[in-house]
Amino acid sequence: MKIVVCIKQVPATHEVSIDPETKRLKRESVEAEVNPFDLYAIEEGLRLRERFGGEVVALSMGPPQAQWALREALSMGVDRGLLLSDKAFAGSDTWATSYALARAVETVGAVDLVLCGKQAIDGDTAQVGPGIAAHLGWPQATYVSHVQDAGAKHLTVTRMNEDGHDVVQIDLPAVLTVVKDINTPRVPKLRDCRTALRAEVAVLTADAVRAEPARIGLDGSPTRVVKINPPPPRGGKTLVLDGSPAETARRLVHELRMKSLV
Amino acid sequence: MHTPTETDRAQYRNVWVIAEHRDGKLKGVTFELLGAARRLADARQSEVWCVLLGSGVRALAGECIARQADVALVMDDPRLAEFVDELHADALTKLIEKHKPEIVVCGATARGRALIPRVAVLTNSGLTADCTGLDIDPETGVLLQTRPAFGGNIIATIKSVSHRPQMATVRPRVMAEPEPQTARKGRVISEPLPTAVQHAARMKVLQAITNTAEGIHLADADFIITGGRGLRGKKGFELLRRFAHLVGGAVGASRAAVDAGWIDYAHQVGQTGQTVQPKVYMACGVSGQIQHLVGMQSSDIIIAVNKDPNAPLMKLADFAVVGDVFEILPAMMDEIRRV
Repeated sequence: MKIVVCIKQVPATHEVSIDPETKRLKRESVEAEVNPFDLYAIEEGLRLRERFGGEVVALSMGPPQAQWALREALSMGVDRGLLLSDKAFAGSDTWATSYALARAVETVGAVDLVLCGKQAIDGDTAQVGPGIAAHLGWPQATYVSHVQDAGAKHLTVTRMNEDGHDVVQIDLPAVLTVVKDINTPRVPKLRDCRTALRAEVAVLTADAVRAEPARIGLDGSPTRVVKINPPPPRGGKTLVLDGSPAETARRLVHELRMKSLV
Repeated sequence: MHTPTETDRAQYRNVWVIAEHRDGKLKGVTFELLGAARRLADARQSEVWCVLLGSGVRALAGECIARQADVALVMDDPRLAEFVDELHADALTKLIEKHKPEIVVCGATARGRALIPRVAVLTNSGLTADCTGLDIDPETGVLLQTRPAFGGNIIATIKSVSHRPQMATVRPRVMAEPEPQTARKGRVISEPLPTAVQHAARMKVLQAITNTAEGIHLADADFIITGGRGLRGKKGFELLRRFAHLVGGAVGASRAAVDAGWIDYAHQVGQTGQTVQPKVYMACGVSGQIQHLVGMQSSDIIIAVNKDPNAPLMKLADFAVVGDVFEILPAMMDEIRRV
């Protein structure tokens, strides 16, 4: 089974804020990490390789420093890392990003399965996985929490929704997006981390994946960010209740009842 | 790629809501979106269309009209009974190509977030995920879509200038639901499942399981009571379940509680779990790591119960209760039952 795992390097959440003077996102010098959901995708790829053999390729689109996300994937045990990086990709929205990633998957060739995290924790869109599936013309299953069974032609997986879950059978090649419940990602060994530091990460340009210039970057992106603002502050102050349990209960239930909430 | 011109854009009209339903009932988010769509359609002097895809969905058309739809666009076919991403996306794409809506909105649910990105690619449209605000720019008539990003640390406004339709998924429970008006009149347009879409599905649903045992689900709850490490084990969650049952709420959990195996992942709130926005969020023995806060900080009222007055969540909360969960909750339950 030939598996491509798509991963994204994201800023650590608590580091992101808006510069009060320039009103722009402060992203420089911010600590970066592999998007947490993508670690589950990497782990699931490795487990499928252990069960069925084959190859796991980690793919990331981003600036040159995104190679570090790929090195983390390499330290966990993927066979190789591909960095899709080109100035022409700058400003890509989810439409253009999923197009570029789909072209890269086609360039890898003979891929059976693409695994993605459910969503990235910076954009939180969950759009790139289904977008890749649409660009490739492949079936998809999202919010996957379990891969029960795999054959040469199809997978049986569980996907979660708000009300419960579905068990679905999906033909290969396919795209899956995975949630945390699917596995516990392995912690890389120190020795493997060292090897990953020295490993070669191949860089793919827009030309190398034959991406049409009109479909990538800002030109290929139907959406535009008009403005960004800090969130509105939460109204009101914190009321500290530190009396006896009975007193606290009376006060709280009273407050909730005034608003018809209990 | 063909970038649409002004003449192309002028053919696109009306605001579509993609209905979500389960077991023959419309979900609340559909009504919320119909209310929002009414406001947008009025600003654009156009109509609200509610799109019903599924099996037996013709019966739901009247309810959509009573909740502000001018048109119910129905594709009722047994092959659409289960949600098969590719099939539903191809069917919706055909409807969009035929009827050319200017705006398409759908709930940012597991289903909506699987379906709409696929349709946006197929129709070459701009899509904004998880919106919390939708407005028409009075000068240009373009849809302005507001959404939180970076875990709620920023709020972004996004638009699609040249591509149509303009598409958005919208967070459930953010927009107000319009009251039903049974006397409202509307049209029903039925469309067959297009032959081009009747290809053999490459995915099939073998089993659809509803978690009935868990009562109310996080996504639908007005009141969420969440437990963390301070609950000390599975038994602590039994207390939370009794409380949730009493107030008609749902039980949530921090990552620590889920990872300890005290409760299922389906209950996890936060960055690697679900984002929730209930009227009341009551966190019991949850310290409030940033990864938890990003999943619940938009709740209307936040109550934190913790022995440690310096826990981060106690600083964010509207009501910070310093005390023992195992004393506070029973006292509150007595108080709620008493009156």
